[in-house]
Amino acid sequence: MIYKLFNSIKGRLLLPSLMLTTTPIKADWFALNMTRGVTDVSNEVFELHMLIFWICVAIGIVVFSVMFYSMWAHTKKKNPEPAKFHENHKLEIAWTIIPFLILIAMAVPASKTLVKIYDDEAGDVNIQVTGYQWKWQYRYLEDDISFFSNLSTDLDEIYNLVPKGENYLQEVDEMVVIPVGKKVRFLITANDVIHSWWMPAFAIKQDAIPGFVNTAWTIVDKPGIYRGKCTELCGKNHGFMPIVVKVVEQEEYDQWVNDKKQAAIRLAELTTKEWSTAELMERGETVYDVNCVACHQTEGQGIAGIFPALAGSEIALYEKDKHIEILMEGVSGAAMNSFDYLSEVELAAVITYTRQAWGNAENGDGEIVIPKDIVDYKEPKI
Amino acid sequence: MSTVIENHHDDHHHGPAKGITRWLYTTNHKDIGTLYLWFSFAMFLIGGAMAMVIRAELFQPGMQIVEPEFYNQMITLHGLIMIFGGVMPAFVGLANWLVPMMIGAPDMALPRMNNLSFWILPFAFFVLLSSLFMEGGAPNFGWTFYAPLSTTYAPPSVTFFIFSVHIMGASSIMGSINVVVTIMNMRAPGISLMKMPLFVWSWLITAYLLIAVMPVLAGAVTMMLMDIHFGTSFFNAAGGGDPVLFQHIFWFFGHPEVYIMILPAFGIVSHIIETFSRKKLFGYSSMVWAMLSIAILSFVVWAHHMFTVGMPLAAEIFFMWATMLIAVPTGVKVFNWVATMFRGSITFETPMLFAVSFVVLFTIGGLSGLMLAIVPADFQYHDTYFVVAHFHYVLVPGAIFSIMAAVYYWIPKWCGNMYDERLGKLHFWLSFIGVNVTFFPQHFIGLAGMPRRYPDYALQFADWNMVSSVGAFLFGFSQLLFLFIVIKTVMGGKKATDQVWEGAKGLEWTVASPAPYHTFSTPPKVD
Repeated sequence: MIYKLFNSIKGRLLLPSLMLTTTPIKADWFALNMTRGVTDVSNEVFELHMLIFWICVAIGIVVFSVMFYSMWAHTKKKNPEPAKFHENHKLEIAWTIIPFLILIAMAVPASKTLVKIYDDEAGDVNIQVTGYQWKWQYRYLEDDISFFSNLSTDLDEIYNLVPKGENYLQEVDEMVVIPVGKKVRFLITANDVIHSWWMPAFAIKQDAIPGFVNTAWTIVDKPGIYRGKCTELCGKNHGFMPIVVKVVEQEEYDQWVNDKKQAAIRLAELTTKEWSTAELMERGETVYDVNCVACHQTEGQGIAGIFPALAGSEIALYEKDKHIEILMEGVSGAAMNSFDYLSEVELAAVITYTRQAWGNAENGDGEIVIPKDIVDYKEPKI
Repeated sequence: MSTVIENHHDDHHHGPAKGITRWLYTTNHKDIGTLYLWFSFAMFLIGGAMAMVIRAELFQPGMQIVEPEFYNQMITLHGLIMIFGGVMPAFVGLANWLVPMMIGAPDMALPRMNNLSFWILPFAFFVLLSSLFMEGGAPNFGWTFYAPLSTTYAPPSVTFFIFSVHIMGASSIMGSINVVVTIMNMRAPGISLMKMPLFVWSWLITAYLLIAVMPVLAGAVTMMLMDIHFGTSFFNAAGGGDPVLFQHIFWFFGHPEVYIMILPAFGIVSHIIETFSRKKLFGYSSMVWAMLSIAILSFVVWAHHMFTVGMPLAAEIFFMWATMLIAVPTGVKVFNWVATMFRGSITFETPMLFAVSFVVLFTIGGLSGLMLAIVPADFQYHDTYFVVAHFHYVLVPGAIFSIMAAVYYWIPKWCGNMYDERLGKLHFWLSFIGVNVTFFPQHFIGLAGMPRRYPDYALQFADWNMVSSVGAFLFGFSQLLFLFIVIKTVMGGKKATDQVWEGAKGLEWTVASPAPYHTFSTPPKVD
């Protein structure tokens, strides 16, 4: 570990990479406060925040001015003879009761807003949000649309090799799209560890917990693109699984739903297509880079002690059936989860890729997997 | 009093042993107090070095110095070491030194257990730190170690982490039993409960909290151990378990733990403000009742750490109101300190500077805590840098400033020499500026939307992160000055009088400086 640390320090110091971080960082000295957001609830939360903030400031001013006054006026020099009092029941009762009343004044509006937020009636659009290490899956329950949303910031930006873009770490390959002015309900859960789905502009933060479904809802008044983040430590790429929601007019939304459905049909057709090894490899590499690389690493070497290597692994070399089974079922008691949510084509491609890449084809039996193998695996279970 | 001390000087059977065995076999409360304090200082520097790694990585956006895996190990170990290795042992060290002297007892009630409770601690932290060199790295799931990230998805070193937490827990429980038994049985005649110095009161309450909650922590890590190695599914949803159960158990320990780290500070600060205001503490009995109420309330507010897990509405409202209620006794304490200073005759020696800034900065941390209690607003604050700013305000200029204040205040009594006032003040100002430059901007970063435990961040957070890092380096390196001042004072310096501070009251100031190896072999007379 120290070696790795040393290497990474050395690497960073010797390469001129630090010099390259001359990204023109836009000055944002005024990003000091919570933003209002774009929903009724988020506005109410903002008002509440400002209310308690100013109450706290007022309390602070009163207490500290008395204190600073004594520090200034009651020094040994100015007041050599200290007073003798050490209790005053009326005063003590007053400073117990008054804070109590102030607290009630804060807690009542807070409770009211909370009751409003706690509404779990179904929405016009219901979206199941599932947290994965380290990406989000969105399933539109009415329209049978399902996709993953991954960070799309380039690794070179993260490692300071190229200048950082405007939406550094806040951009994804596929945005969640919702219609403006409609009630959208999110059903939030997780597949592996606990994540948390936070969209500041909607004032929604709900933990995504395996085995639980939490709900949150919103009605957004203003079309636009809103950015949020995962807010529960979920492993090494916790900081790299942003959330981007695109709010559009109803017509555009309907069009988008239609397009997504067409795309799903085209994908299904691919299952029956004849696939060459090269085609599978090409597609497999893309799937690998999105889903597997975080743990098993770019050269399939894994991370010693936590994530097993795929390059040279017995299973990737010789045991095709076992290989399919692991992807479909996951490994119990380990970080490897089931990937059965990927399409047959994606699964076949990524298995083929890992059986062929990094010298695995030469060292093992080099068998490829076609989409039909995955369909066959699923068959008997139904 | 001085005649008693001279008698002891002649009595060689009771002086300290020579060499290393003095420290290994010691059952003397002062030696053990010293061991605890040095140990906690070492841990403070190690945990601080980790904080420096964290702030160096966050100095700019992008990954520069460490990889995300190692970053997560740093935040985890930083938290665990500072809490269990830095703050808690420091308070136990102060309790060892001061409780017997303040109540006129010759030593702690259970001296051999005292030795044991200290000497298992270095092993606990050796085990924890050695996990850095294990395959898969050190624990990387945050100091709150939420399951299943800390069970199914944890590196193999998690087992060593569990073992280490068990040892720390055993040490804390033994230490607390010792404090309770000492205070309950060994007070000099005439010191009734409501005449005890506030530091003693604060530790009595703290010790009960520790005895109540450390076993809960032990239970939580044991369940993790079972889940990892023995096929149970306490926290594994796939096996019918409940990941949220872990959080309930953890925070049932964790919230009282927060007060364990601040109650002794309340005691310390009360003594120091009283001394340097040269005026009797305002509202002694309300101070005691406030601490008792805070301690009792601490058992019914744990779920305010979990407002976003999806609890029912009724639970959210209950925990919001209960949490806000804590502001009342806490406010009473702050008002009492201010009233103590009011029309006093104040001087600002280093301990007083730390104590006064404790009151101000702890209050800021308390007010942001009040904001965090408001559930709808907490949906925006939760797990952002606003929370990081909040708990660092109560822990660094709160707990840690009180420990530094205590060291400056009592070190003349411990080693018989005055510290260098000029350097002490320099240390205070560097720390004060450093701590505020570090943590105040984190309020902004959090409100603007940066989650905590992120190794890298979006560009709009860049400016204040850089400011925060600069502050952290200033604060971090200033602590080397503290180390230097302490060593310099131990080695020599102006001789301290027995009274040390003009306004100081209490039995510890009636014995010689440095305090002889054995004090109060016969109980003092107290009226």
